[in-house]
Amino acid sequence: MGRYLGQKLLIYSLTFFFAVTIDWLIPRLMPGNPVDTLVSRMALRADVAAILRSYYLQAFQLDLPLWQQYLNFWGALLRGDLGVSIWLFPQPVLKLILDAVPYDLFLLLPAVILSWIAGNQVGAMAARVRWLDNSILPLGYILTATPYMWLALILAWSLGQVAGLFPIAGAYSFGIRPHLSWMFIKDLLWHWFLPFASLFLVMFGGWAIGMRNMIIYELEADYSRYLESLGAPPRLIRKYAFRNAMLPQITGLALQLGTIVAGAVATEIVFAYPGTGYLILQAVLNQDYFLLQGCFLFIITGVLIANFIIDIIYALVDPRIRTGMTGA
Amino acid sequence: MGLRVENLRVYYRTLRGYVRALEGVTFSVADGEIMGLAGESGCGKTTLGHSLIYLKPPMNYIEGQVFLDGQEVPIWDMKRMNEFRFRRISVIPQYAMNALNPTRKIGQLIADLLAAHGVDFKEILPELKRRLDLVQLSHEVLNMYPIELSGGMRQRAVMVISTLLNPSLLIADEITSALDVSTQKAVCEMIVEFRNRGFVRSTIFITHDISILYQIADTIAVMYAGQMAEKAPTEAILRSPRHPYTRMLIASLPQVGVRYREERLRGIPGAPPRLLDPPPGCRFQGRCPVAFERCVETPPFVEVEPGHFVACWREI
Amino acid sequence: MGAWYELIYFAFRNVKLRIGLTILLFFVLAAIFAPLFARYDPNAYVGPAAHPPSPEHWFGTTTFGQDVYSQFAHGLRLTLIVGLLGGSIGTLIGILIGLISGYRGGLLDEILNMITNIVLILPTLAILIIIAAYLTVRGFLVQSVFIGLTAWPWAARAIRAQTLSLRAREFVDLARMSGRSSMKIVLTEIAPSMMSYLFMVFILQFGGAILNAATLDFIGLGPTQAFSLGLMMNNAVLWAALELGMWWWLIPPGAAITAIVGALYVMNVGLDEVFNPKLREL
Repeated sequence: MGRYLGQKLLIYSLTFFFAVTIDWLIPRLMPGNPVDTLVSRMALRADVAAILRSYYLQAFQLDLPLWQQYLNFWGALLRGDLGVSIWLFPQPVLKLILDAVPYDLFLLLPAVILSWIAGNQVGAMAARVRWLDNSILPLGYILTATPYMWLALILAWSLGQVAGLFPIAGAYSFGIRPHLSWMFIKDLLWHWFLPFASLFLVMFGGWAIGMRNMIIYELEADYSRYLESLGAPPRLIRKYAFRNAMLPQITGLALQLGTIVAGAVATEIVFAYPGTGYLILQAVLNQDYFLLQGCFLFIITGVLIANFIIDIIYALVDPRIRTGMTGA
Repeated sequence: MGLRVENLRVYYRTLRGYVRALEGVTFSVADGEIMGLAGESGCGKTTLGHSLIYLKPPMNYIEGQVFLDGQEVPIWDMKRMNEFRFRRISVIPQYAMNALNPTRKIGQLIADLLAAHGVDFKEILPELKRRLDLVQLSHEVLNMYPIELSGGMRQRAVMVISTLLNPSLLIADEITSALDVSTQKAVCEMIVEFRNRGFVRSTIFITHDISILYQIADTIAVMYAGQMAEKAPTEAILRSPRHPYTRMLIASLPQVGVRYREERLRGIPGAPPRLLDPPPGCRFQGRCPVAFERCVETPPFVEVEPGHFVACWREI
Repeated sequence: MGAWYELIYFAFRNVKLRIGLTILLFFVLAAIFAPLFARYDPNAYVGPAAHPPSPEHWFGTTTFGQDVYSQFAHGLRLTLIVGLLGGSIGTLIGILIGLISGYRGGLLDEILNMITNIVLILPTLAILIIIAAYLTVRGFLVQSVFIGLTAWPWAARAIRAQTLSLRAREFVDLARMSGRSSMKIVLTEIAPSMMSYLFMVFILQFGGAILNAATLDFIGLGPTQAFSLGLMMNNAVLWAALELGMWWWLIPPGAAITAIVGALYVMNVGLDEVFNPKLREL
């Protein structure tokens, strides 16, 4: 197990290294001087442009040799220096991101975990109950094919705009300052529900279908046939099949992280929910390069950490890795 | 009392109609008898083995009766069969090496299976351990996952599990095909030992390898294209086969006791009939050197000598 | 002969395949012909602002009075093209790396595997954010290429596993013993026996590329000078379609994407049932 996690850590370190290098390399690969590109894309007054240019020049250190630029880049990164935001000048990028992260987690963790659990349960039921299969399966395919932002838009329009049941923007009402009280928590949950629901539903469809198909394959497997030949009750066989089908679903969670991140970004944009996704939209609209770069690094780091947590869970759940029999 | 099968007909449902995999199969296996069941691949021997314990679509029960110790076995009823499975009829499958749930410890798996049949694991544990000793598996195996065992060890574990409740009938389905010669011998000896110790009463040992049957079988039944061709004590069938197909089969053995491969059987000219729309009468007539007019009728499976049955008009 | 007959029979009998194919064909035809009926330039301000559907403007107008139907017709076309291009690129890279990795094995396999794992973990979106921030002009071609470049890893993995199992089969051994080159064996023996599988991989890549492109467009990182369904949704949100209750602007683009991608997924299940006899229902 130690070896397995060690291997994974190695890959994640390489991935991080690779990602940071891309991050550093891309502005320098693009035709022309990156500072000019950035400044010229913003329609600014001449004096502001000059200030910005000198800031960028200092940040990019284009006058230094390349290897030194690269090392300095890493140095700044490890000190947590991600630059200063243009959109909310002069706030540091790191602070903006750290302010956004709690909202991301508040939205994503429940949506991912609950949809995974519910999807697996319902998918497993669909594999044995025919009417459920006939209704859940088409629904699941529709949900998993739905773009996150579209479901978010539909929910916001129908339940928010038309029915007026939920607010459609922000993490809490205007005029309320975040503080610890029932009123605030209720307000927070009320704003949280629609973005959560749209993320939950899209993911739920995917997990339910995945589980249903996986179980059907497991029920065809040799060990299921053997148990059936020995007169084991269907309940026992299904229990085994469910447990074995869970393992690929855990791996599937890791594989889906990229899509989930994109979905969260889109959902936050629809609901103007103040997480990283909303920052990205503002950064794109305001040509805030350092903020984008910071969001990039934050997403990569988040995905790597999540991957590693999933690996640990997988190693704990799968006896084949626990007993150290295979490295995969 | 043993097993008696009468006029069993089992077809496979396919797109283009029924494949007549078992056409009126009749035979019996006595108490304590190890019956070898041989024939080319596709002759219906595996279908026969499955029918007796696990008859599931696309297999379709058409007609016929099966009696075990005088009691009728409802092979057509997947649910009612559960009373028979494991306790009275058991199987060592062809895929024995992959037959154990990879994510369950072997001991837990056995406990689950026993609980499903209302048997207490603790009570049976001493006997289970004795049997593990017999097949030379350490008791530690109970605490291991299948993946921690070698293929051979997994197969032995399955052999112990399948026979744990002392079934009246054991079906061993091609259990030696994937093994090397020395392991084959050991597995065969275990099957005989299981019988000798009374773990199982009657055994049907399905294989395409007649030379293995010579070592362990009391009787040998030869199937051809979904029908029984001949059944007789091992000595008799090897020394004086009566059915033309059996004769050609025995003749194609290089030497008794030496292993041959399935491909050798194709040394017999011609090919078995398609079971989708087989010709009426004896199914071997197309390849038979001694066929005559009468062979368009189906020959009965009759006892020509005590314990020697054959389905051929020439022998009646 | 018999096998083909059976395959085609099951393909036509399969309800999932029939439904999926019908929906897909409908949208493909719509993408080809709908723009011909568009009376307006999708960018031009041609009518009253924020107007619901009318005989004059079938899908209504935007906050600025642009014709939603024209935008939809052109957006649908671009969305399908990007999906097709991105899906093809992703599939091709996946096939190439999967086949080489699985057939050659050894050090090359180790290296390719490492690259696959790294790209698999990297979230597509994150990379595209950085790239898009620097590309002043982004066309749909660039977008398709980048989507394809980041979508191949799972396909490569799956194809590698298939190749590994095929490599051990007798007919491949035979080809190898008869002294044919690796390249030839891969192309003439291994790839054709995975045809059905590769086709299914392509369908999933196609659907994935459409969804990826839509998300990128929605965030504002899509093509800068063309119309896509994702971009329509981006505009709708930025210009208060939600607050103004302009459902005719919000619903069509997402509904079309859902229908197309859903049809592709359902087709894929149908094909799985057709190609995999174990799953067929008699």
